[in-house]
Amino acid sequence: MVHYDIVVIGGGPAGLAAAIESRKNGVKNILVIERDRELGGILQQCIHNGFGLQIFKEELTGPEYAERFIKELINMGIEYKLDTMVLEVSDSKMITAVNPTDGMLHIQAKAIILAMGCRERTRGAIRIPGTRPAGVLTAGTAQRFVNIEGHMIGKKVVILGSGDIGLIMARRMTLEGAEVLAVTELMPYSGGLTRNIVQCLEDFDIPLYLSHTVINVEGHDRVEAVTIAQVDERLKPIKGTEKRFECDTLLLSVGLIPENELSKSAGIKLDNVTSGPIVNESMETSAEGIFACGNVVHVHDLVDWVTKESKRAGKNAAKYVKGQLENNCKNIKIKGINGVRYVVPHIVRPDNVEQTVELMMRVDNIYKNVKLVVKSNGEVIKEVKRKHVAPGEMENINLDFSKFNLGNSDEISIEIVKEGE
Amino acid sequence: MYDITVIGAGITGTFIARELSKYQLKVLLIDKENDIANGTTKANSAIVHAGYDAKEGTLKAKLNVRGNELYDEICEELDVPFKRIGSLVLAFNDKDMETVHELYARGERNCVPQMEILDKESVLKLEKNLSEDIVGALHAKTAGIVGPWELAIALAENAVENGVELLLNSTVTDIQKIADGYSITAGDRKLESKIIINCAGLHSDDINNMLNTQSFEILPNRGEYNLFDKSVGNIVNSVVFRCPSEAGKGVLITPTVHGNLLLGPTSEYIDSKTSFETTLEGLNYINEHAHHTLKQISFQGVITSFTGIRAKTKNQDFIIEESEESLGFFNVAGIDSPGLTAAPAIAEYVVELIKGRLGDIELNQDFNPNRRPSIHFMDLSDDEKAKLIEKDPRFGRIICRCENITEGEIVDVINRKAGATTLDGVKRRARPGSGRCQGGFCAPRVMEILAREQDIDITEVVKDRLNSYILTGETK
Repeated sequence: MVHYDIVVIGGGPAGLAAAIESRKNGVKNILVIERDRELGGILQQCIHNGFGLQIFKEELTGPEYAERFIKELINMGIEYKLDTMVLEVSDSKMITAVNPTDGMLHIQAKAIILAMGCRERTRGAIRIPGTRPAGVLTAGTAQRFVNIEGHMIGKKVVILGSGDIGLIMARRMTLEGAEVLAVTELMPYSGGLTRNIVQCLEDFDIPLYLSHTVINVEGHDRVEAVTIAQVDERLKPIKGTEKRFECDTLLLSVGLIPENELSKSAGIKLDNVTSGPIVNESMETSAEGIFACGNVVHVHDLVDWVTKESKRAGKNAAKYVKGQLENNCKNIKIKGINGVRYVVPHIVRPDNVEQTVELMMRVDNIYKNVKLVVKSNGEVIKEVKRKHVAPGEMENINLDFSKFNLGNSDEISIEIVKEGE
Repeated sequence: MYDITVIGAGITGTFIARELSKYQLKVLLIDKENDIANGTTKANSAIVHAGYDAKEGTLKAKLNVRGNELYDEICEELDVPFKRIGSLVLAFNDKDMETVHELYARGERNCVPQMEILDKESVLKLEKNLSEDIVGALHAKTAGIVGPWELAIALAENAVENGVELLLNSTVTDIQKIADGYSITAGDRKLESKIIINCAGLHSDDINNMLNTQSFEILPNRGEYNLFDKSVGNIVNSVVFRCPSEAGKGVLITPTVHGNLLLGPTSEYIDSKTSFETTLEGLNYINEHAHHTLKQISFQGVITSFTGIRAKTKNQDFIIEESEESLGFFNVAGIDSPGLTAAPAIAEYVVELIKGRLGDIELNQDFNPNRRPSIHFMDLSDDEKAKLIEKDPRFGRIICRCENITEGEIVDVINRKAGATTLDGVKRRARPGSGRCQGGFCAPRVMEILAREQDIDITEVVKDRLNSYILTGETK
């Protein structure tokens, strides 16, 4: 049995930022556990640029962004273990892990930060009918093959899903000489950032079919064709709108799911909407002293937001270790209503708020010229105007708790209100 | 010259080959695919039926009950997952209840042990997630679940270890009568064999027709399935059927031996033996039917869907006989449900038929019924895990994050006799890629290991069939 003050599970952007911030806040005895062969997580396969605009005010590639944090971590002398898989986390903060050199590891932590990221939804989850040949891959797996391993995975490609990974892979495959015949999106709007629609599809004349889905895959050994069709308001395919593309590859970018198998083993409460842990202002989960940050909590669209959120988790885990987090105090529930699908954090304990809490949220549809209205027990405490909000772009609101009197408020809600209403 | 050639390495072919390896015979097992169990055996309900379904007097009835009996011992010998969890046939009204009583009576005539008729309360006590609309059920305690391809692969491995030759990637294209047996063209090889056993599944009619004018017809019947994540695997504890109707045994709900939940199949006659596609209609049909049987189920939990094709015949019974025209040529055809259950008994039966042709055959004194057990890392205690990693560090490297499968287990299934050569072959033996991410994380790693262990280039690693290439070249 080994002891650490803080153990961070996951060495991707969330885990790295959290570990570094914990160290900056005075905790020395920290261990980062990473299941892959290197630190950096999925950033290592994101070789396109556009990372770091918020944090560094410059455009970096994924590996460059990761490298800055990896260097800082190593310079600080923070311990990490690679090729190490955590098998179980208990609510008493005992971690069981395994790797080829140490064998079985039992680690007792004072605080744990969960930063396991997310995984991709698969073909099975959305029940795409047809045969099951080679050549149907998730966009992330394809990205790993192409960007890390240096292997091409197809010549003629159809992509389902217009989230950022799907869009970026459309461009990447084109640059590698493949022909991307179509990007297909079930919803009437793209799930990706506007800048990616422009830079990855429009700049390369790749057609985007909104309100369309894949209704058949053909081919016994390798994909031979993919058929798409338009869907109605209930997202059911409309007969007669089928389009068949002869191709050898179908890439799926149909959503990310926070990876919370370990959180479940620790008995941590999860949110049905985000599929991640319910967290408070300190990014602490329902298990005391177990914190969570990054895509394991909710899927972010920019790594910069992951970094900011993870710093908050790291800082508060350090506070927890030092006995500076107040637990027996007032809880205010934060709720998304009327067009706001969820808000993170889910709970705020005002006693632990130094000044502001950054609330992160996603809306359920595209809205134009609206206000995000924050109410405390029904009374408006803040309004933020937005020309355009979309499910693909996370909204952030800084709530300055020093500015308003919460009185006996026990719930804060955030909703979308059309301008002029 | 081989004594016996078995065509088809599915569950019946491998059972027969293994049974024959108990004797001093030169046996060849041929398959057109690049792996064992790559036809009907890899896509079915994985149920070991109790035996009340088949009409008394049929081969199906006889071989089902005997086959079921043989399962414990064989799965123990070969280290294959098998659980006797019992089955329920649910009745939703009085007419269904009549059917339940008929099935019970037929089960008695077929000599099925340990059956009982349960009222609603007793059923709900056993299965608390079933619909309140049920009125009763037939409970058959001897029904079970098994890993069908694991079993066929284990049988092939054990057969090979006991002297059977295995020839994959070899489609049989021609069979000719010669003086003391048959000449067979399989792939690019020409072979001679005294006896042929035709276990070619969906293609058994084609094989028969190469030699015989008396023919039968295999009627392909498609069944689609939805497989769910382990998080909902305990929604039922036993195999749950609806009362059979004209449409067949109906959609069943069952846990798998690995703790997933399986729903299906549909039943639909199709024109082609290669229409392995799933359909939107089929997958929706399965879910709608499960909806009636279960109080609630979330379809978010589906991790994959697949189609199997049953090899049905017109008279609905197994065809297990020596051809009248071609002595020494045995058909083992039309093996649809309960073929998996009956397979061990089919093997016994076929060996008896062969003895009728060859006379008494000498026993193989060296026959070893046991297969070296597989290591399932996650099932070990922490101490055992630690010791194993000390001995072989590859067991300390988790490759499949969903199922927690180690590199050590993957290397083992590649290097065994009748071992894995493909990505899906590894998945069927050791399970990486069977979890909720369906290989998203581990497929590139498993491909690396396959390439390394077989000393091939990673671009040569295929998903499943020979031309199911995954990589198309290098990046720019």
